[in-house]
Amino acid sequence: MNFLLVLPILLPLLTAATCLLVRRSRRAQRAVALVGSSGLLIVGIMLVSTVMRQDVIAVQISGWIAPFGITLIADRLSAAMIAITGVVALCTIVYSIGSIDRRREFFSFYPLVFTLLMGVCGSFLTGDIFDLYVWFEVMLMSSFVLLTLGGERGQLEGSIKYVTLNLLSSAIFLTALGLLYGLVGTLNMAHLALRIENVPPEQQGMISAVGMLLLVAFGIKAGIFPLFFWLPASYHTPPAAVSALFAALLTKVGVYSIFRIYTLIFVTDVMHTHVLLLWASGSTMLVGVLGALIQRELRRTLSFLIISHIGFMLIGVGLLSILGSTRWAELPSDSLRRGAVLLGLAGAIFYLFHHIVVKSALFFLAGVIERLEGTDRLGELGGFATRHGALAVLFFVPAFALAGIPPLSGFVAKYALVSASIRADQGVLAGVALVAGLLILLVMARVWVLIFWGEPKEQSDTARRRSDVVRLPLMIGPPIALAVISVAMGLFAGQVFRYAERAAEQLLDPSAYISAVFSGDTNVMHDELRGTDRGTP
Amino acid sequence: MTLLLAITIGVLYACALYLLMRRSIVKIIIGLLILSHASNLLIFASSGLRREGATLISGDATTLSGTAPDPLPQAMILTAIVISFGVAAFSVVLVHRVHRAVGTDDLDEMRSTDT
Repeated sequence: MNFLLVLPILLPLLTAATCLLVRRSRRAQRAVALVGSSGLLIVGIMLVSTVMRQDVIAVQISGWIAPFGITLIADRLSAAMIAITGVVALCTIVYSIGSIDRRREFFSFYPLVFTLLMGVCGSFLTGDIFDLYVWFEVMLMSSFVLLTLGGERGQLEGSIKYVTLNLLSSAIFLTALGLLYGLVGTLNMAHLALRIENVPPEQQGMISAVGMLLLVAFGIKAGIFPLFFWLPASYHTPPAAVSALFAALLTKVGVYSIFRIYTLIFVTDVMHTHVLLLWASGSTMLVGVLGALIQRELRRTLSFLIISHIGFMLIGVGLLSILGSTRWAELPSDSLRRGAVLLGLAGAIFYLFHHIVVKSALFFLAGVIERLEGTDRLGELGGFATRHGALAVLFFVPAFALAGIPPLSGFVAKYALVSASIRADQGVLAGVALVAGLLILLVMARVWVLIFWGEPKEQSDTARRRSDVVRLPLMIGPPIALAVISVAMGLFAGQVFRYAERAAEQLLDPSAYISAVFSGDTNVMHDELRGTDRGTP
Repeated sequence: MTLLLAITIGVLYACALYLLMRRSIVKIIIGLLILSHASNLLIFASSGLRREGATLISGDATTLSGTAPDPLPQAMILTAIVISFGVAAFSVVLVHRVHRAVGTDDLDEMRSTDT
């Protein structure tokens, strides 16, 4: 049963290794990649069904008990993230088979995708914050190579910024870990949660400072204001398949880490840490969408929109600030604050799921349009609907799901976040979210009109030649599948939202998470809660 | 000793951040390398400096007798060194490729993908 927790890491690793072994044959590589990504999807679904029955499952690698060993743990949030990663992985592989050129395939494109997936899955499953750092590096290293693979000038220029800022963030992450270990003497996340409760008040300031260092580190990766500048400079440069994979997963790993550590570990000083998160979320929402408004290329517009959406997701964690010094689990069940915080975090989790699906669909479609027309400059496109009517409909679904039009999935998520902000007396934040939502609608409408309406522009020769060789069905299949998932998430919003709500409950009341890590070993937990054996060894 | 180490770490961070803000990409890479050294030293310093011997359990015992330094930070530093070595190798190659593609190492000349 617990072997299931190792599979999301092991499977991509094995797939990457097998792809490298058969790298001389493109056909064999493609087959292995398809099998590997379908396997990841199946494992993800099995993981979700397991945590729906057992709440939290944990495994200690090679039997070393926590907090000494390496812990892998899945609650509802991590399990769902693995499942969605599986969906994105399968879609990316199918799309890549249809669109990636020969040279990239020979230069280990597929193995790199799978090592990236391994890093992503590892980050979602690990129960140890130093391991999180290591998985981040695994993910970053593959993303560096995927971004530069092909060596076009734009790619190289973009990757200089991407590499520099992400390495800076890693160094800050490592610095924070060193300070944290010096302060509390552990890096196991559940153990940290127990120990930080007992930190003497005079050290509380240091803990908050470490929390803020981590916010900068994760903020760079997630792309929150004012740390996002690497994202729009680099995301539009690689092939569309890579852009979509990055847009779907990389920033979300940063968001997931923020969700995890600001609900589990750094909850002792919410008046400082989480209020700052609220400010960050508000400004990220606005700056992202304003940046998107002035873009003239499709993929750049979408890149800026990612930033805006990250802001929406941060509302959920930021709302924890209204709890003050009380814990969520200690509030009476009819308390207004309790309901508002739960709704906000559940909305943010729903938003996270929805955004991965929708944003990858849009990046895939941007690639299709670029293939058919030879450009993604909005000024040179137009009249696409007259020639490709079906594609116009297909683009409409994720574009307006992103904008939050009912009954598509984005509406539910935005509604939950705005209503939670109002209930939490954060009226200004709710207003900012509504304005940003409206502007996102404007951006998507502008993009849709510029691409699909109007007179068709003269097609360039290169575009026509390219569209001859295109294996179009393979490129259109994945966005269709993702659009269907988005519509389904809107139609079955009740079920999905209940799942998100249970996931949010698990984040807000981490007792099940902690006891799963120590496998019910109450001695350790009681010792910690009494405050014995505290401090550095 | 701790004070000396703390000052060294501070100077290293300052140098690294100064280099990161330069326009030349070569200097940025050097800055990143120094930054990773600084954070490794910080892990080492924050776990406490001690004069005791190695953390070894003698052959017939099952637990550690007496006090000993914590070996975990050293293991973490080792991991971080390996990672930063790999990253450094990649970034040096990247700088080389960028220099060949763009023909300069000035970041201000690389704005074609910016917005």
